Amino acid sequence: MAATTSDAGTRRDFIYVASASMGAVGAAALAWPFIDQMNPTTAALALASTEVDLSAIQPGQQIVYKWRGHPLFVRRRTPAEIAAAKAVDVASLPDNNARNANVADNLPATDANRAIKPEWLVLIGVCTHLGCTPTVSTPAIPEGEYGGWLCHCHGSMYDTAGRIRKGPAPENLPVPPYAFLSDTRIKVG
Amino acid sequence: MSGPSTYNPKSGFERWLDARLPLPRLMHDTMQTFPTPRNLNIWYTFGGILTFCLGVQIITGVVLAMHYVANAGLAFDSVEAIMRDVNYGWLIRYMHANGASMFFLAVYIHMFRGLYYGSYKAPRELIWIIGVLIYLLMMATAFFGYVLPWGQMSFWGATVITNLFSAIPVIGNHIATWLWGDFAVGDATLNRFFSLHYLLPFIIAAVVGLHIWALHVPGNNNPLGIDVKSPQDTVPFHPYYTVKDAFYLVLFVILFAGFVFYSPDFFGNPDNYQPANPLVTPPDIVPEWYLLPFYAMLRSIPNKLLGVIVMGGAIVTLVFIPWLDTSRVRSCRFRPLMKQFFWAFAVCCVLLGYCGAQAVDAARFGIPLVWVARIASLYYFAFFWLIMPIIGLIETPKKLPASIAQSVFGDNAATPAE
Repeated sequence: MAATTSDAGTRRDFIYVASASMGAVGAAALAWPFIDQMNPTTAALALASTEVDLSAIQPGQQIVYKWRGHPLFVRRRTPAEIAAAKAVDVASLPDNNARNANVADNLPATDANRAIKPEWLVLIGVCTHLGCTPTVSTPAIPEGEYGGWLCHCHGSMYDTAGRIRKGPAPENLPVPPYAFLSDTRIKVG
Repeated sequence: MSGPSTYNPKSGFERWLDARLPLPRLMHDTMQTFPTPRNLNIWYTFGGILTFCLGVQIITGVVLAMHYVANAGLAFDSVEAIMRDVNYGWLIRYMHANGASMFFLAVYIHMFRGLYYGSYKAPRELIWIIGVLIYLLMMATAFFGYVLPWGQMSFWGATVITNLFSAIPVIGNHIATWLWGDFAVGDATLNRFFSLHYLLPFIIAAVVGLHIWALHVPGNNNPLGIDVKSPQDTVPFHPYYTVKDAFYLVLFVILFAGFVFYSPDFFGNPDNYQPANPLVTPPDIVPEWYLLPFYAMLRSIPNKLLGVIVMGGAIVTLVFIPWLDTSRVRSCRFRPLMKQFFWAFAVCCVLLGYCGAQAVDAARFGIPLVWVARIASLYYFAFFWLIMPIIGLIETPKKLPASIAQSVFGDNAATPAE
């Protein structure tokens, strides 16, 4: 190894750089377990489905269940509420996406794409702005201007199909994956 | 001004120690003989007061952690047990809870002092930037701490703040889930917040060390904003400023004790005496008072991502102040135009805080507060990004005194009596 002055570097330089690089890769790889430990555990992921009995819910009424730690809205809509939801021009909506886990992505937010059966509206009750639980509107106690829900935290208003109409929330209330087990029973998740 | 050390070890033990670990030399040079401008006023005592606040929070916090249980099922009851069962638990918890508010009160005075007297200007840019970092760490620590009692405001405050990250396009929701350790704020979230709440104060203490280190290179700014020119401009830190700091600290502690003993829930929210309920959001969510101006900015913007950007931008802006101010004069005492815009800025911050505390659709004198908050937010940003650079160029400052000593003693006091 006489010619050690060349710019190409020596064998020893190569070994230094190679071992330092491997050390850096190893340290970076070790960082991942420390990041990933904060993600939900498999136990949290397993609490994924719940069954809901619909028989006790009256027309115009909403019952709130808990699913994956979030409020789950199950609302039995009156014919007037369904008609109001269907009358909306979807092209005018702030978020014209069905946001429904049970239909294909990117379908328009028509009322038919928001509910499997028009009478039953099933939603995750988490405001898409900053996560508060919106308050349901009834003819007796209206909340918001669209007959659906009002989020008191920052003033987002949803209509009778759970679609965002006014306020800072960017998206419609999401529809979770669910299926009818019978006429009076659904399984969510 | 940090200059050569004047420490002179007297005993044999001091000489022995000085050759191995010169800790007495460090204390002597930084807290005893350190030359300090002789004209510092009351507003310069808040650095010491803030150090005291950090100490109070750490001592009371370590004690509270001996009795607190970081578990979603037990946290609320363990805090109630601290209040009712633990000997003097009520006192220690009220000191900790009100201590946080006093800490922020002091830090806001400290920051406005720095703004008014131009303490962020060269050569003190890094002191200011490290200070902004401490302020950020304080907000994070306060947020984590507010979650721990696991009341309604704890839970929903945590939900709203962690959801701020979901505004980030594409990966936002994954970040939120990662922060929660679940699909919503829950037990996993509470545990990690407790861990971080215990960690961060010690990080703050370390960064405060950097803040003071950086301060001791150029030395203190002063109300005149002019440089120290001769030893006549300064007095030794001890006893002049140790005593002055101690006096105002006593006054501050009287105020602190007033809240702890006579109105311990003054800064609190009654909703937080209800256990956390993931299915019901309280009708009006309000953060702690010291975060209200930023909350008002967030609420005044009807777009999620933009609201979060504006709120974050309001804090990030502070980092750039040393370069946004184009004036060659530091102190607002000699800046007739800037002084007016400064006080307008102070009013605007209070106004934002007021708007943040009101309901989202509230109005006063027929004016919707959301518009008041919008205009105040606009002024907040305009003050730093437009007014500061422009005023510095067009303003004619008043004549600066020749020296600190001349300003204190007048022209004919050649040899002031010590």
